Amino acid sequence: MNRKLKNRLELTLIYAVVLIMFVVISYPLLWTLSISLNPGTSMFSSSLVPERWSTTHYEWLFTNPQSDYLLWYKNTLLVASVTSAASVIIVSFVAYAFSRYDFIGRKYGIYSFLLLQMFPVLMGMVAIYLLLNVVGLLDSLWGLVIIYIGGGLPMNAFLVKGYLDTIPRDLDESAKIDGAGHFRIFFQILTPLAKPILAVVALFNFMAPFMDFLLPRIILRSPEKFTLALGLFNFINDKFANNFTRFSAGAILIAVPIAVVFLFLQRYLITGLAEGGTKG
Amino acid sequence: MIALYDFLNIGFWGIYTLGTIPMVDDSRALLVQGLLSVILVVFLLLFYAYNLVDAYRDGQKLRSGYAIPSMKESFHAVWDRGFPYYMVLPGFFILVFVVVFPLLFMISLAFTNYNLYNSPPAKLLDWVGFDNFTTLFTEPIWRSSLLSVLSWTVVWTFVATTLQIVVALLLAVMVNDARVKFKRLIRTIFILPWAVPSFVTILIFAAMFNDDFGAINRELLAPFGVQIPWMSDPVWAKVTIIMIQVWLGFPFVFALFSGVLQSISNDWYEAADVDGGSRWNKFRHITLPHVLYATAPLLIMQYAGNFNNFNIIYLFNEGGPPVRNQTAGGTDILISWVYKLTFENNNYKMAAAISIIMGLVVAIFAFFQFSRSRSFREEKMF
Repeated sequence: MNRKLKNRLELTLIYAVVLIMFVVISYPLLWTLSISLNPGTSMFSSSLVPERWSTTHYEWLFTNPQSDYLLWYKNTLLVASVTSAASVIIVSFVAYAFSRYDFIGRKYGIYSFLLLQMFPVLMGMVAIYLLLNVVGLLDSLWGLVIIYIGGGLPMNAFLVKGYLDTIPRDLDESAKIDGAGHFRIFFQILTPLAKPILAVVALFNFMAPFMDFLLPRIILRSPEKFTLALGLFNFINDKFANNFTRFSAGAILIAVPIAVVFLFLQRYLITGLAEGGTKG
Repeated sequence: MIALYDFLNIGFWGIYTLGTIPMVDDSRALLVQGLLSVILVVFLLLFYAYNLVDAYRDGQKLRSGYAIPSMKESFHAVWDRGFPYYMVLPGFFILVFVVVFPLLFMISLAFTNYNLYNSPPAKLLDWVGFDNFTTLFTEPIWRSSLLSVLSWTVVWTFVATTLQIVVALLLAVMVNDARVKFKRLIRTIFILPWAVPSFVTILIFAAMFNDDFGAINRELLAPFGVQIPWMSDPVWAKVTIIMIQVWLGFPFVFALFSGVLQSISNDWYEAADVDGGSRWNKFRHITLPHVLYATAPLLIMQYAGNFNNFNIIYLFNEGGPPVRNQTAGGTDILISWVYKLTFENNNYKMAAAISIIMGLVVAIFAFFQFSRSRSFREEKMF
């Protein structure tokens, strides 16, 4: 009897905690949603349950000639896909070399990758700005792409290298005996096996441009080249409360697709990260 | 080599003098060119040294009776032996230009007198040795700013990250309890904060916690007659930022932990049951070691990530509220302080000097990571 009671108490406690967490998690998210559906432009007049639901802000983003939202979406998609594709290729090459070959500087290479992965790109902002200025890539999406690839490289290479290390060497050795060349081993044996971690790298690099506003802020100047995050940030940066409802609408339109992709792939992400990270 | 000579010459001259004629010589450009020359020369020297070693080896091989390889064979050997280098090369180039070079540039700036009042092209920069560091440690304004920012950065990193991990661990263990139903649904919802882009959520929190018209003060606390200065009081701002970071950061750790918990074999617990182990003992000796062992490197990365977590500090209230007699705001951590000094005050020399201090801290983190990471203990594969 006592035990049964205790059991039930515990279970109630767990569910209570879970419930509280649900509220804490969903409150800000629901709040944003309802703000974005408020007709006014300021936070003052909006309330959690709007008296009048309206989609004016969403319509404005898409149809108003003053709105660059679709352009920003296009820019971000461009930056994201190029960064993601290029990163996967470069990173997998580097990781393959580090994981499978012994060459001069290999060990120091790994050390420096580990070290560099800790430094945020942010620390070199002044230099990045000047460097891009010198080569004429300031205020250009390509400049942004290059910085993203370079900045993420050490971390990604490290993850992929860790994952490749877990794939038995016998596989490529037997392929080598059968006469397969370097590239053949790489593309036909290792790449298919490393798909989970490559997917993780691709996804992370794809999402980074959607979430980052700082680098675009340093590099991009003209509004028609903005990425989504920077554009949205400017909605509320100038006059804080004024465009908050519009910001919410724009934010929801970014957050929903990203969240959906994330939730679908989370299992994949976690196993990939855990294996690449711990064994690396 | 000869074609490069001019560039290198200017480069070295530039890095040494940083220019002599104001308005004509732009010290920054000279510094860029100079650093690139240094990088180039280092590589040429390494390459040259490698060539010498290679030639020497070839000579030894010849002496010991090897046939000189034919043209075709040596081409093949170049492809075969050089393969890993070709693979690393593109990544290496990008890395040097995007990461290594900017870091070197930043380090150099710390030893110049580059700030708003002394900035190219109107003026020339000079090397000033360790002057900036002396200023940082001796002038009261800088010293008090540095101390308060540094201590808050450390507190922030440890408290926020540890809290994140503890909350995640508690929730993961609870949800993993065999009696709990709807596990998948609960997990999905718990992961939501991770799935929503963080700059969006931080800005939303910033609006919600706004002192005057934020939802927290206006809707949640108003009925109780309490108004809390979330943003204008340094202590409350710190507490708020830590809470927000826990909200943002626990899902990732939670997801990691859940994955590990599910993979712990039930045999362990059954064996413990047979031995009459209490629940705490089971947690302490089975669950905890498993979880921590499997995730340690990623957890360390979480600490490093929060140390450099610029987004939350800057987006919440730009490192504010301002503090008197300091150049940094109440919630500024090192990285956001550097950003402010660079882009708002244009005080490049101090920003660079502080970056170097940050770099040292980061290096300590890195060292910790090295000694733990297993790939270095398993380096004997070849």
